Amino acid sequence: MIKFFTKSAIIAAAMFTSVSGFAADSFKIDTDGAHAYIDFKISHLGYSWISGRFNTFEGDFSFSQDNPSDAQVSVTIDATSLDSNHAERDKHIRSADFLETDKFPSASFKSTGFNYTGDGKGVLTGDLTLKGVTKSIEIEVSHIGQGDDPWGNYRSGFLGETALTIADFGITQPYLPADMQVFLELGVEGIRQ
Amino acid sequence: MHWRNQQTHWGMVAILMHFGVAFTVFGLFALGWWMVDLTYYDSWYKPAPHIHKSIGILLFITMILRLAWRIFDKPPEHLDTHAKWEQISAKITHILLYALIFGIIFSGYLISTADGRPIKVFDWFEVPALITSIEKQEDIAGVIHWYAACVLIGLAVLHILGAFKHHVIDKDTTLTRMLGKNRR
Repeated sequence: MIKFFTKSAIIAAAMFTSVSGFAADSFKIDTDGAHAYIDFKISHLGYSWISGRFNTFEGDFSFSQDNPSDAQVSVTIDATSLDSNHAERDKHIRSADFLETDKFPSASFKSTGFNYTGDGKGVLTGDLTLKGVTKSIEIEVSHIGQGDDPWGNYRSGFLGETALTIADFGITQPYLPADMQVFLELGVEGIRQ
Repeated sequence: MHWRNQQTHWGMVAILMHFGVAFTVFGLFALGWWMVDLTYYDSWYKPAPHIHKSIGILLFITMILRLAWRIFDKPPEHLDTHAKWEQISAKITHILLYALIFGIIFSGYLISTADGRPIKVFDWFEVPALITSIEKQEDIAGVIHWYAACVLIGLAVLHILGAFKHHVIDKDTTLTRMLGKNRR
């Protein structure tokens, strides 16, 4: 009996070890050091762009170069931290005309799959919740690099790009084109935990 | 008619500033109310806030002069027919009217300058941004600006009703002495 338990324990331990050998590393997105950003740009009158960003967010991801398809990402964004470098415009974008951040103060993204296409690139799918609406979106991802940093940690970084049709998230104005898109660029650097 | 206040009635300077500020306050309230609902492609979308802000700054300058004038030039005495409660409530209302006007102008200034940009007064001169580091400054200042403006308009209406009450019911010179006369 004792022998049986011991044996099981050894097997379990061996399995656990082998699993953890394959397990992806988990990373915390380095928002403390501001080595991550959520930038957006949107058309101004159809003649040019305006750009802005969300200053406050947090998240983590898991990634292993041996098994990139298992990558997972989860991010929570403070929608009120929107910053387009113009206070009156920011106030307007936060108002009920656009993001309605009084009612929907946070946005979030949680990945549901990663289609790795090789050479450090792939398409991440996941659920984005914005203005209370949850929709599946796709993000083009490229792995930029990873390795030790000079201060004793291990870092891994990605670039993500996607476009959202704002009407899909209940953001509409009579004077905006129905297919108005916002383009997002996501700089994600994580510190291995 | 005298420039300076008399014991029985107001002088020209105080009267002009009083009605100037009164019309400006109601005008700015109406303009502000109207302009926030303009849509992006409206030709007034940019000029209306510019005018609102410019007049607001000029109102601030006027209010400073008015306050200085009030301290420098002694206001008329209360009428003997004014009850004690009327004197006290009028005093409180006047202090609140002044405080609200200054509070509204200041909160409006904090909205427009929250990102460090100055306020341009009719492309004539600029008022620099001084306070920019309050968390969510433009949102908080915006809420204060709106509610304080509503309270101001409510109090101003009360102030007007008070003046008419004195004129029509009490039949005293409270209103006419603000029009430069010492008789009804």
